[in-house]
Amino acid sequence: MSSRNLPIKAIGEVYLTKEGMSFHEISDTVCGVTEKKAPRNWWIAFFIAATFTGILFSAIGYLFWQGVGVWGNNAPVYWAWDITNFVWWIGIGHAGTLISAVLFIFRQKWRTAINRAAEAMTIFAVICALLFPGIHVGRAWFAYYMFPLPNQMAIWPNFKSPLIWDLFAVSTYFTVSLLFWYSGLIPDFALLRDRAMGMEGRVGKIRRMVYGSLALGWRGSNRHWQNYERMYLILAAISTPLVLSVHSVVSFDFATSLLPGWHTTIFPPYFVAGAIFSGFAMVMTLMLVTRAVYGMKSIITMRHLELMNKIIMLTGSLVGYAYAMEFFIAAYSGNEYERYVFMNRAFGPYAWAYWTMITCNVIIPQAFWFKKARTSIPIMFAISITVNIGMWFERFVIIVTSLHRDFLPSSWGYYRPTLIDMATYTGTLGLFFTCFLLFIRWVPMVAIAEVKGVLPQADPHGADHEEHAAHDEEAAPAPAE
Amino acid sequence: MAKRRIALYLAKYDTTAEVLHAAEKVRKAGYTKFDAHTPFPVHGMDDAMGLPDSKVGWIVFFGGLTGVSSALLMMWWMGGVDYPLVVGGKPGFTLPSSVPIMFELMVLLSAFGALFGMLHLNRLPRHHHPIFESETFREATDDKFFISIEAEDPKFDLSETKSVLESTHPAHLELVEETLEEDEHEDEEEHH
Repeated sequence: MSSRNLPIKAIGEVYLTKEGMSFHEISDTVCGVTEKKAPRNWWIAFFIAATFTGILFSAIGYLFWQGVGVWGNNAPVYWAWDITNFVWWIGIGHAGTLISAVLFIFRQKWRTAINRAAEAMTIFAVICALLFPGIHVGRAWFAYYMFPLPNQMAIWPNFKSPLIWDLFAVSTYFTVSLLFWYSGLIPDFALLRDRAMGMEGRVGKIRRMVYGSLALGWRGSNRHWQNYERMYLILAAISTPLVLSVHSVVSFDFATSLLPGWHTTIFPPYFVAGAIFSGFAMVMTLMLVTRAVYGMKSIITMRHLELMNKIIMLTGSLVGYAYAMEFFIAAYSGNEYERYVFMNRAFGPYAWAYWTMITCNVIIPQAFWFKKARTSIPIMFAISITVNIGMWFERFVIIVTSLHRDFLPSSWGYYRPTLIDMATYTGTLGLFFTCFLLFIRWVPMVAIAEVKGVLPQADPHGADHEEHAAHDEEAAPAPAE
Repeated sequence: MAKRRIALYLAKYDTTAEVLHAAEKVRKAGYTKFDAHTPFPVHGMDDAMGLPDSKVGWIVFFGGLTGVSSALLMMWWMGGVDYPLVVGGKPGFTLPSSVPIMFELMVLLSAFGALFGMLHLNRLPRHHHPIFESETFREATDDKFFISIEAEDPKFDLSETKSVLESTHPAHLELVEETLEEDEHEDEEEHH
């Protein structure tokens, strides 16, 4: 009997939320954010983010008007910041799916505090990522050539190209993430709808209408919960290989080419580890800010942050191993072009980018071996930002250093970004934060129903089962085996 | 006067253990059209209510199958039959290079199957249900637990159903009536 796990004890003997929190307190804390007026800081952040979004669309408009020549891309570096940004954003998205799907499969109940925000982050990051292939085609009005649609040339896409695999992978990823996110939101929208029942005036009416429509008439029925839980399990089960496949396919864009520095079999796992690494860092950055601004410290606890820091350290070390292994294989292969590319990467004209990457990704996260660093808010905030700087440089290093010294020394070059490159990149950060700020303003940022489900009082066989063991056994014959 | 119809009995409980035992009792009393309404899925409730296994998995399976086969068919016809593109001397259609897209479309259609299959099996979206006539039912998404027994249940009987529910010691018990639609107009007109 005593071996029957209380949900709260799933990760040891520690409470996942502040001890003694009631169901109603959780509803109030999370829904309250969408019901009260936005704090002043929200408006300041929103104004800044919206400004950068404006810069993004101006930069894209100028690009469409003038052509891709406004970017620094030129022979021999035809792929530069656009694909760097694409891979960086896609990678950031991966943590959301990892938290919502993979940790769900592994029954890591601590994920409930952060999975909603992480899933939202995934969707916004993938939107930013999808922008880049679309605008890189130059004549954006022909972007539909990427899809297997009938066109005036009467030809179809080349299905043997990893670029078309990538299109399918990323658009599937976006759609599935959206479905996953929305299905998780249905019960929480129903809660917002029911809370709006008592509200007066126009605000109440609009809230009832909007949240009521989004909740699809959810009434918490257990017959519905049964199908719902099965759906959630299946979505998690298919998202797990999906998230691994997406960044693997992204890495095929490089790995299936014949270019030294790209043509390596280590790319798929190495890209996936890097994606999770950068994504967790971005979740950390966002969570630290929102929990401070909105007083969510009792739901997103130090325990959650510490566990995330451990994952950041683990994936950072995996990435470091991959960097070392790339060098080893280049040396061991005996291929002089491979050797040259890697020596050039570390000691050539882009050595500054390479060592920035090593410092940010491999050396700095090692601080998390110490519990003091894992539980210090300023340290983890600083590390979460340096990790994302490092991961951006990783993609830049892989792409630009492999391209800039072509096979013929006569076609060597040095890539420099233009102002439009920079405006586009910082603009996507603006778009991302605009979406994220709107999300925390109007949508429950914590999965309310899931957090309630892991509270100790949610377990019907909870506290009293020691005394009423026999009775319980009779009343509920098959608990969860 | 608006015509009203008895829709269901609704019992409210404060804890998960109470609602679980109540569901057991209602099932053992022989009711079939009853339901539990909880803010989150309560562990063990499916067994307490005696629900058969969910069918969502089957819908997902056929969704995935459609995804794989349509991806294969699409790439075979477009690349192998309609307009073979010769790139690097490779054949127009090959299986190995088709695997990634077959996998992605399988996942995509499985996911559609999961969400839309769940909604279909639950008969959602459904924006009106007599249970929403109860004011206290608003708490079902917050922190209270409910059992409802529908009037359509063959065993439904005003006094007997009431006594079964009373024996489970609910915090609140009410008979929910549905206002029939045609009369809603009259009602509103009177009101104005």
